[in-house]
Amino acid sequence: MVWLLPVMFLAGCKAVVLAPSGDIAARQAELLVQSTLLMLIIIVPVMALTVWFAWRYRAANRRASYAPDWDHSTKLELVIWAIPLLIIVCLGALTWVGTHLLDPYRPLDRIDAETPVGAADPLPVQVVALDWKWLFVYPEQGVASVNELAVPVDRPVRFTLTSASVMNAFYIPAMAGMIYAMPGMQTTLHGVFNDEGTYQGLASHYSGAGFSGMRFKARALDDAGFDAWVAQAAAGNETLDRARYLELAQPSQSVPPMTFAQVDPELFQRVVNRCVEQGRMCMAEMMALDAQGGLGLAGIANVALLADPDARGTARPVLGLPPFQVTGICSVDEQAAMLASAAPLVKAPRDLSPMRGRGLAAPQGILGQRPDPDVLTRTVPRDDAEQNL
Amino acid sequence: MAIPTEIPTTFLLGRLDWNAVPQDPIVWAAGVVVAIGGAAVLWMLHKHRLWGWLWREWFTSVDHKKIGIMYIVLALVMFVRGFADALMMRLQQVLAFNGSEGYLNAHHYDQVFTAHGVIMIFFVAMPFVTGLMNYLVPLQIGARDVSFPFLNNLSFWMTVGGAALTMMSLFVGEFAQTGWLAFPPLSGIGYSPYVGVDYYIWGLQIAGVGTTLSGINLLVTIVKMRAPGMTMMRMPIFTWTALCTNVLIVATFPVLTATLVLLTLDRYVGTNFFTNDLGGNAMMYVNLIWIWGHPEVYILILPLFGVYSEVVATFTGKRLFGYASMVYATVCITILSYLVWLHHFFTMGSGASVNSFFGITTMIISVPTGAKIFNWLFTMYRSRIRFELPMMWTIAFMLTFVIGGMTGVLLAVPPADFVLHNSLFLVAHFHNVIIGGVLFGLFAAINYWWPKAFGFRLDVFWGKVSFWFWVVGFWTAFAPLYILGLMGVTRRMRVFDDPGLQIWFGIAAFGAVLIAIGIGAMFVQFGVSIRRRDRLRDETGDPWDGRTLEWATSSPPPDYNFAFTPVSHGLDTWWDMKRHGQTRPKAPYRPIHMPRNTGSGVVIAGLATVCGFALVWYIWWLAVLSFAGLVIGAVLHTFDYARDYHIPAEDIRATEAVRDRQLAAHPLARGA
Repeated sequence: MVWLLPVMFLAGCKAVVLAPSGDIAARQAELLVQSTLLMLIIIVPVMALTVWFAWRYRAANRRASYAPDWDHSTKLELVIWAIPLLIIVCLGALTWVGTHLLDPYRPLDRIDAETPVGAADPLPVQVVALDWKWLFVYPEQGVASVNELAVPVDRPVRFTLTSASVMNAFYIPAMAGMIYAMPGMQTTLHGVFNDEGTYQGLASHYSGAGFSGMRFKARALDDAGFDAWVAQAAAGNETLDRARYLELAQPSQSVPPMTFAQVDPELFQRVVNRCVEQGRMCMAEMMALDAQGGLGLAGIANVALLADPDARGTARPVLGLPPFQVTGICSVDEQAAMLASAAPLVKAPRDLSPMRGRGLAAPQGILGQRPDPDVLTRTVPRDDAEQNL
Repeated sequence: MAIPTEIPTTFLLGRLDWNAVPQDPIVWAAGVVVAIGGAAVLWMLHKHRLWGWLWREWFTSVDHKKIGIMYIVLALVMFVRGFADALMMRLQQVLAFNGSEGYLNAHHYDQVFTAHGVIMIFFVAMPFVTGLMNYLVPLQIGARDVSFPFLNNLSFWMTVGGAALTMMSLFVGEFAQTGWLAFPPLSGIGYSPYVGVDYYIWGLQIAGVGTTLSGINLLVTIVKMRAPGMTMMRMPIFTWTALCTNVLIVATFPVLTATLVLLTLDRYVGTNFFTNDLGGNAMMYVNLIWIWGHPEVYILILPLFGVYSEVVATFTGKRLFGYASMVYATVCITILSYLVWLHHFFTMGSGASVNSFFGITTMIISVPTGAKIFNWLFTMYRSRIRFELPMMWTIAFMLTFVIGGMTGVLLAVPPADFVLHNSLFLVAHFHNVIIGGVLFGLFAAINYWWPKAFGFRLDVFWGKVSFWFWVVGFWTAFAPLYILGLMGVTRRMRVFDDPGLQIWFGIAAFGAVLIAIGIGAMFVQFGVSIRRRDRLRDETGDPWDGRTLEWATSSPPPDYNFAFTPVSHGLDTWWDMKRHGQTRPKAPYRPIHMPRNTGSGVVIAGLATVCGFALVWYIWWLAVLSFAGLVIGAVLHTFDYARDYHIPAEDIRATEAVRDRQLAAHPLARGA
């Protein structure tokens, strides 16, 4: 990207990707520049040679030598395979280390180049991609906002993300790279802001008609400013409960920012488990049942037509059954316990020692990695139950 | 037009009714233009009484050369449509600032970018590449046709059927608003209830049948029909790349077909493969479609690597440097292309080890690709380069493609991809390799083989105009997108709120206009060359002093390609023959056994298209009837035993005598 830099500075534009305001994005940009420089080692000579050969060996130049049958040179071929290979070996090493260091799931080990991360836990923020706006839930503060994100500067933030409808991607270029938000699934992103300011946040994966307007302001505030923002949000009178959420989830475009003073603490888990609507079986419950062998024939009776068959995302396939849902069978208390136990889904921080050189944790490998049993579905199979594979 | 939610279906017409006509003046204008153009073409055909000729000589032809040319005509027609979409996007993005919504609403704009991607990949690049392989492979290996000539004709018409269905969606109903790979759940029935995604599915499925069959056909042709003496390691490089491409096609297109079948079942009968609820998993679709989608990229580029190799060797007047390593590099790329699909969604949260693995495999592909670039480079070393148009395109390719390759490797570094994925940087990257690699190669190929196909060269002046507008236009259009990507601007946006970005979109739009002039100049080049064909005539059949067997024939080659099957004694067979002063074999001519033209392909593909249309609109009776007709037609065709004929020896003698006279007029030329 280096060759673009002078052009961009001349034009006076801000390349937020190359000059971000958060440590993660800054390190990603650093890697981007390093990789580019590494590749230019070979790209520049190749381009120069192309032009030079094209000029030197033009047909009109009778002084240049001409060897029509020269088509092989073992030494030269060794070189032309070896040099790109060497560069890729270097780049591969850079990639392996960089990918692990900057893995969005990995808790931060530093605030910026000088400051290691302190004792404070990261600020958890739950993010839901709705049609077509972003919902941010602050479980510790008990408030929520739409299309406006406020976080304290120099404090790591742990986003857990999901989507209510279709695939989306969450991206604050100034803070950290993007991560997908997907229905029925939960992804995690760690990031931190180092400079106060208001930044652009956006949806970076096309999600339907209102996609372009799915932007929000990400505000990096000092601690006092953040507390003030939370207090202001908490002073409102709107509560985000399940009914209000379903109303909010209706498609709408270019929604102005709003805040909620109170939030149902189970809400995010219910969104991930797709059981915000009354009576729906949560996915966690379904998976737990299936892990124990399923309901068998009784499961057929355990379905009901949707309360609102016209809602976006449900339609009757022309040759299929009308859309239906599986009805939950847990009692209220059981469900509450299940969703509460689901909360610590994010595992305890791993070894935070710097992952450089010999300090890099031994790669676990793809095949050798044992699947981590999901907290929600970790159940001991009964001896007498037929295993539902 | 809002998406109709509640569509009544009737027995006779399914959900087709007057609401299907888009309420959009832009579409109407396009409709009027197409109608006038279509009427003009039909009137010309009628006036010159060309219908019978077109049907007998072209539509029903099983001659691989004619089918190849028809594929390329299809690609050029669809290219105009796809490029019109590109211009519309550039215009929308330059207008939609400062609170303006631009001139396209979301429903229209989202169809435009989806159609642009689908058309450019499936109905421009694919037919272009397939057409090129069809035309050249049998000639290069000294064969008289492909292994299954009828299948070839059917493949072509199935591709036309898919393209026709996609075009129809512009005027009847709508096209998908999902992006070119139609990720669920957005492409599911819940979020896309109307006909757009169904047009997408059936258009691709019908064309996909054609592509798969054509892949099998060319694969068998290359394996089984090479001239005596032409061992694998004596095949021209273009044939080698065609072989690898067709291996990729045969191995990956079934994955696409199966994936789209699963999506179809979700949409039509309510299964839950990719839905949000009841156990569906949309990530599975993303994996499956990219397991097809990444090899597809190499399906497109590999044959063009072959074209560059042929062009470089010919215009440098020198053997290709490192033939063997070129072959190994091609095979390496073929295999590695299956091991990289996940780099299209590093940001989906697969975890660091998986991401690193796929990032590094992706980088490894750049090693054989780099080797290829070096091989072309060292072919130029100590050579005599003639800067004809194909060579100019090749140099432009080498300078453009290395930048695209570099940004590609950059995107393969997962942490860098996290900030550049889905950005305009990514858009610039893949246009950099597809335009700079595939399209430049196709233009090189057109300029290089046109004299072979039609017997006269292309006009150089207009070719140069086209070349310069294209190359300058490309960089003007896409360098701003690289910059915008670094400014954190992502793709598929319809409106913008940062006015600082507008200037870059303005430059990009200007670049698109330059490209438009380049395209216009190319069509002018065709027109001018056809008008001045007598002055540009080439009677030798070998205007560039070529090296491979296709240059041994007359231009255009006779129906039977070679009166006597050539024998290969080394690499660059034709060059070898010329060097050793081999003379044309003469009589006794024997009758040549050839396949007979048949209209079955047109009929079967036509019925398949009708069936697709019926399924899109839920017209069940028509779907059943056309599908039954299709099966019966295919069965009846197998009972058609009048499938071949012999070209009498006298005809061959007459044709060859003409060729003898032509060659006698050019004492320096030789022919086989």
